Amino acid sequence: MNTRAITLFAGVGMLYVLTGVLLSWNVSLNILILGLLSAIMALGVNMQWGYAGLFSTGIVGSIALGGLAVVFVSGQPVPEAFAAGGWQAIGGLAVAVAGIAAAVAAWAYMAPGRSRNLAVAAILIGFFFLYRGIFDPAVERIEAFDPATHGNIGGFGLNSIWAWPVGGLFAAIAAWAIGKIALGLREDYLAIATLGIAEIVITAIKSEDWMSRGVKNFVSLPRPWPVPYEVEMQADPGFLAFCTNWGLNPTTTSTLAVKGIYIVMFAIVLGLLIWLLERALNSPWGRMMRAIRDNEVSAAAMGKDVKRQHLIIFILGAAVVGMSGAMYVSMLGQLVPGEYTPLRFTFLIWIMVIVGGSGNNWGSVLGGLLVGWLWLIVDNAGPLVMGAITAGMADGPLKVHLVDAAPQLRLLTLGVALLLVLRFSPRGLLPEK
Amino acid sequence: MDLLNALVAFLNFVVIPAASYGAQLAVGALGVTLIFGILRFSNFAWGDTMAFGTMVVILFTWLFQSLGISIAPLPTALLALPFAILVTSALLLGTDRVVYRFYRKQKAKPIILVIVSAGVMFVMNGLVRIIIGTEEQNFADGGRFLISAADFKAWTGLAEGLAIKGTTAVTLVTALLTMAALFWFLQKTRTGKSMRAFSDNEDLALLSGINPDRVVQVTWVIAAALAVIAGTLYGLDKSFRPFIYFSLLLPIFASAVVGGLGSPMGAVAGGFVVAFSEVVVTYAWKKVLTYVLPASLAPDSLMQLLSTDYKFAVSFSILIIVLLFMPNGLFNKGK
Repeated sequence: MNTRAITLFAGVGMLYVLTGVLLSWNVSLNILILGLLSAIMALGVNMQWGYAGLFSTGIVGSIALGGLAVVFVSGQPVPEAFAAGGWQAIGGLAVAVAGIAAAVAAWAYMAPGRSRNLAVAAILIGFFFLYRGIFDPAVERIEAFDPATHGNIGGFGLNSIWAWPVGGLFAAIAAWAIGKIALGLREDYLAIATLGIAEIVITAIKSEDWMSRGVKNFVSLPRPWPVPYEVEMQADPGFLAFCTNWGLNPTTTSTLAVKGIYIVMFAIVLGLLIWLLERALNSPWGRMMRAIRDNEVSAAAMGKDVKRQHLIIFILGAAVVGMSGAMYVSMLGQLVPGEYTPLRFTFLIWIMVIVGGSGNNWGSVLGGLLVGWLWLIVDNAGPLVMGAITAGMADGPLKVHLVDAAPQLRLLTLGVALLLVLRFSPRGLLPEK
Repeated sequence: MDLLNALVAFLNFVVIPAASYGAQLAVGALGVTLIFGILRFSNFAWGDTMAFGTMVVILFTWLFQSLGISIAPLPTALLALPFAILVTSALLLGTDRVVYRFYRKQKAKPIILVIVSAGVMFVMNGLVRIIIGTEEQNFADGGRFLISAADFKAWTGLAEGLAIKGTTAVTLVTALLTMAALFWFLQKTRTGKSMRAFSDNEDLALLSGINPDRVVQVTWVIAAALAVIAGTLYGLDKSFRPFIYFSLLLPIFASAVVGGLGSPMGAVAGGFVVAFSEVVVTYAWKKVLTYVLPASLAPDSLMQLLSTDYKFAVSFSILIIVLLFMPNGLFNKGK
C-alpha cells in the first residue's frame, strides 16, 4: 500500500461517510455490504484476467450458480416432494452426465472415422431419450406437490454459511467444464462461449421450477450464522436494556447492527482472500502465472503447461465469484432469478476490475467499492438529483421522461468511464507493481 | 390428406418462422463477420448497435406517422431505414474515430478491443434507454397478413392453416435484397475487392496501395446498414425491447462462427443453420406426428426435444460443436 492507494481508499471511504451523513446511514451501510461483495467478485475476475489474461463474459453464471447453492444447502426441506421424485430426478441427471462422459470416452478411445462419429451420435441420442424418460416424470411429480408454496425438491435446511463454499464448488465445476472446452481456443471464443454458458445457467435457474422455483422466486432462505433477525433482537430484553441505557432507538439500532455484522463478516472473507492472493502472487506460482500471461510461448518453452495453468486459475477465479454469489443470496434471503443480468453482474464487475487496476488485488477492491457505490447511489440519490435539476422546468412529458431516465444515465457514465480509463490510464487507478 | 396437413403444419410452424428468424440472424451475422474480417475483433457492442439503429427507425417511423406519410401496405419502418442508416453510420464512424482508431494504430491485442467494445456497449445501451426508455415498442404497421390461416383453409379445404405474416414477407425480401447487394458490392466493386483483400492479408493489401482508413470507414458504414436492417426486421417481426437485442448476441455470434468468422457466405449459411436448429429442437412435434403416424402410434406428450426457454442452449451447442470440431467454420476449410 503506497500513498496513492491510501489516498484513493480514503477518498472512497469519504464517499460512504458522505452518503451516511447526507442521505442515511442505512443506505450507506447497504451500499457498503454490496460494495464488499462486488469487491470479492472483482477479486475473482481479477484472478482470471489480471493473473492469466483470460476474458470471461460468464461472471453472471458463476454468481447465479453460487446463489443456487444457497437454495440447495439452506432451502427448507420438502420431504413429500423429494419422496415423489427426488431420487429419480437426480438419477435422470446422473444418466445425462454419464451419457456425456460415455460420448467423450468414445471420442477419445475410438479410432477416428465414420464409425466413431456414428457411435458418439448414437450414444448422445440414446442417452438423451433415456434421460428425458427418467427425468421428466419425476419433475412432473415434484412440481405437482403444492405448487403455490413448494413444487420443488427443497434443500437440506442447513445454515446458509455452509452454502458459501458449496457455491464456490458449483461455480468451479461449471468453470471446469467450460474451461475444458473453450480454453486454448482464440481469446474471443472463450468470451463468446462463456457468454453462452452463463445464459444457459440463468435460463435453467429461471425455468427449472423443481429446483429453484424459477421465476416464482425462492424466498425465506435463512440468514447465515451468526446474523440475528431484527425482530428477535428487538424482543431480546438484554438488547432493549442496552438501547435504553445508551438512549438508542431499538428499531434503528437493530437494523444497523445486522448490517454491521454482515459488513464485518464480508470484510473478514475479503481480507482472508486478499491475504491468500497476495501470498500466491508473490510465490513461485504467481511468478509463473504472470510469465504465462506476459508471454505464453516462452513460458511454454520453459516447460510450463500453459493450458493446465489457465484451467486452474480459471476454476479458482470462478470459485471465488461463485462464493460471493452464495454470500449475496444468503444475505438477501431469497433467490430472484430475474436479477441476474449480464450487464449488472458481468460487465459491471469487469468495469470494477479495469477501473481499479487489472492485476492488482487492492485495485479490484477499490474498483468494487467505488463502482459499486456509483452504481447503487443512483438508485437512491438519482431521482432526488434529477428532481432538483428539473425542479425549475414546467411539468410536461419532457420532465417526466428525464426523471424516468435518470437511472439509465449510469450505464452511459460507466461506459464512458471504462473507455476513458482504457484509453488514458489502461493500468487502472492502482496499477500493478 | 393427412400428409398434406402434416406438411402444411410443418411449413407453418417450422419452416416459415425459422426462415424469417434465420434471415434476421444472417443479416446480423454478416455485420459481425465483416467487422471481424476487417477490424479483427468480436464486437460485443453489436447487439446494442442493432438496438440503437432500430430505435432510430422507430423514431423516424413515429415522425412519418405523425406527418401522415405511409407506404401502406408496407410498414413505414422501411421508409425510415435509409435515415436510420445515416444516423447509425454517423454514430459508428464517430465511435471509430473517438474510440477504436486509437487501439488500431497501437496494434492492440484483439482481446483489448473486445473489452473496449464492451465499454461501447454500455454507452450505446445507456443512450437507447435514455432516449426511448425500457418499455416494449410495437412499430409494425402495414398489412398484417399476406395469407391468413383462415383464407388458406377456405381455399384448400385443409384442416391446417398456412399463415404468412406481412412482416415475414418483408423480412425475407429485405434480407435477400440486402445480401444480394452486399455480395455484389464485395465481389464486383473496387472498394469491395479491396475490403476482401484487406481481410485476407492486411500486409499485402497495404503493399498494393489500399488505403486502410477508407476500408475501415466503408466497413463501419456497411456494418451500420446491416445492424439497422437486422434490428428493424427483428423488431418488426417480434417487438422492440432494448435488452432483447443484447441476448441476440449469442445466436448471432454462433451464426458467424458456424460459417467461419470473417466469411460472409458462411455467416448467411450459419444464420439459417442456427435458426432452423433452434426451431426444430424447440418445436412441439405432436401435431405434425399425429397426422403422419397411424392413430395407434399417435404421441400423447408434446414431443418437444427442448423447452423453448432453452433456445439459447441450441445456439450454444452448435457454437461449441463447431469450435471443437471445425474451429475454422464450415466454409473455411482452406485456411
